[in-house]
Amino acid sequence: MRPADLLLFAAGALRGHRLRTFLSLLGVAIGVASVILLTSLGEGARLYVTGEFASLGANLLIIIPGKTETKGLAPLVSTAPHDLTRQDAEALLQRVRSVRRVAPLAVGTASVSAEERSREVTVVGATHDILEIRHLKMASGRFLPADLPEAAVCVLGARVQRELFHGQNPLGRLVRIGEWRFRVIGVIAPRGTSIGMDMDEVVEIPVDTALRLFNRSSLYRILAEVGSHEDIPQAEQASVRVLRERHAGQEDITILTQDSVLATFNQILRALTAALAGIAAISLGVAGLGIMNVMLVSVSERTREVGLLKAVGVTYRQVVAVFLVEAAILSSAGGGLGLLAGLGAGRFLQRLYPEFPISPPDWAVPVALAVSCSVGLVFGILPARNAARLDPVQALTRGKA
Amino acid sequence: MIELTGVQRTYFVGGSPVYALRELNLSIASGEYVTIMGPSGSGKSTLLHILGCLDRPDSGSYRFAGEETARLTDVQLSCLRRDQIGFVFQFFHLVPRLTSAGNVELPMVFAGVPPEERRRRARRALEVVGLSARAGHRPDQLSGGEQQRVAIARAIVMNPALLLADEPTGNLDSGSGREIVNLIEAMNQGGLTLIVVTHDPTIGERARRHIHLADGVVVSDERPAALTSRPGGHAGEKGLA
Repeated sequence: MRPADLLLFAAGALRGHRLRTFLSLLGVAIGVASVILLTSLGEGARLYVTGEFASLGANLLIIIPGKTETKGLAPLVSTAPHDLTRQDAEALLQRVRSVRRVAPLAVGTASVSAEERSREVTVVGATHDILEIRHLKMASGRFLPADLPEAAVCVLGARVQRELFHGQNPLGRLVRIGEWRFRVIGVIAPRGTSIGMDMDEVVEIPVDTALRLFNRSSLYRILAEVGSHEDIPQAEQASVRVLRERHAGQEDITILTQDSVLATFNQILRALTAALAGIAAISLGVAGLGIMNVMLVSVSERTREVGLLKAVGVTYRQVVAVFLVEAAILSSAGGGLGLLAGLGAGRFLQRLYPEFPISPPDWAVPVALAVSCSVGLVFGILPARNAARLDPVQALTRGKA
Repeated sequence: MIELTGVQRTYFVGGSPVYALRELNLSIASGEYVTIMGPSGSGKSTLLHILGCLDRPDSGSYRFAGEETARLTDVQLSCLRRDQIGFVFQFFHLVPRLTSAGNVELPMVFAGVPPEERRRRARRALEVVGLSARAGHRPDQLSGGEQQRVAIARAIVMNPALLLADEPTGNLDSGSGREIVNLIEAMNQGGLTLIVVTHDPTIGERARRHIHLADGVVVSDERPAALTSRPGGHAGEKGLA
């Protein structure tokens, strides 16, 4: 028998019951659409979170003064840690080859006032390179100058600017931070919601100025950006070595990387996507039962047709093939429809929430289609075998009017 | 062509055995025209199903064209039905969603005959039964007699050696029944072996050989030579159904 004829014959049988065909097809379509849509959402969540981490800098080493011991005995002689200084940061940049940029940070809170308005604000002492490291963009003016670490200038976060100046142009105006006066040279573009420090809510001043303003000798931390992700372990070891040397042989710093956190999130969110796919797959199973039901009804309605087929010499295998192909057509057409619906719904959601990436993971589309086709084949086996096993004599004489 | 020896077929109804055929011996030569008659439950339908390889005897031997059918596999039996045997049923058994041409093509579709040849042979078969004009109609658009003629076209389209008809006129008015009988008798005259099961004596008497069954055994096997020369004779006037 020619495959094309088999397809045509099966499709012809399905056309005979349009509503029933459509409904069982719809069951598969809903199953596939929900697999596509739910995995798209799960994958979107993963991409969103990892994207946010990357925007904080996935290639960052965060160096904090003081050693936090989480295991072993407490040291017998407790020594005060050495200060983490701008010279330390400079040494990292000079001596650790893979470190591309460093950003020494000094952070404190101070009251910031302009004219008669004032509020408490996180003041970040930084250098020019923080702009690149944190992927910041300027809304107006310029960022802290690279060559004047002690200048009395400041850059405002977007919300600070809005609250202090009410939309007036702040460039060139003076603000009071603590006891000192600073000239505003720039405003940072709003970032929106973001994991980590809210850059809309800070005022940035040169790092040396900040150390003197808060009367501190040690930096809050140093951010070191390495060239590529693979360099992180090597850069971490080298940094520890350099700083131990500079701190009289004492390892009194802690280095954090984004890596471990990111990997954990990645893992959790992948598991979430898989769980969502599993839940959606249940509906595919239910759709399979729907197909089986429809096929069983179809077989019992067409008992006499099966009897006739056997009488004209159609073999057992051919009868099985006819009903299996019918079930496969139902489920794969449903799968195709569901794929379109799922992708369409994804597009629609993407339009509603443009900042949230919605796209199915690479594996979802082929897996959903393969599963939906095999659903038809698996759940079609029982009805097809029932049909092929019919005794031709009984099948022909059953249901005589 | 057909050799039955000691054929036995027993059904179990509610645990007690029903002997449909008992030690039946029968041989039919190629080109014969045989009617099988008998009361309900005499085993005539069972015999027809066994002759058509739709059913197998419990014991005994059935040789078709010299071949012992008990030794054939299911697939070989399917091929035998497909290539050698045509069926005509009381209730026509047309596939309702297919046109006349589609129904006639059905055996060829599953036999893997290419579409072009299928269409040609179906057209030819419908011509033979005089239904060329109805090739595109579905069964529900045809009269009973026309449906049976489509069924006959389907039965002969694979050029079988044997045509089995199970009460072919049982569901038709007398006029259509007469046409159907004339049609299959004409095919017999073309060389096709014809076996008709009926409980209508007026049809039964038309054949050159009458077999009467009762309780699963042959009670008479007559060849009334007088009738062989006058097909369509006195039987027609009395009505058939």
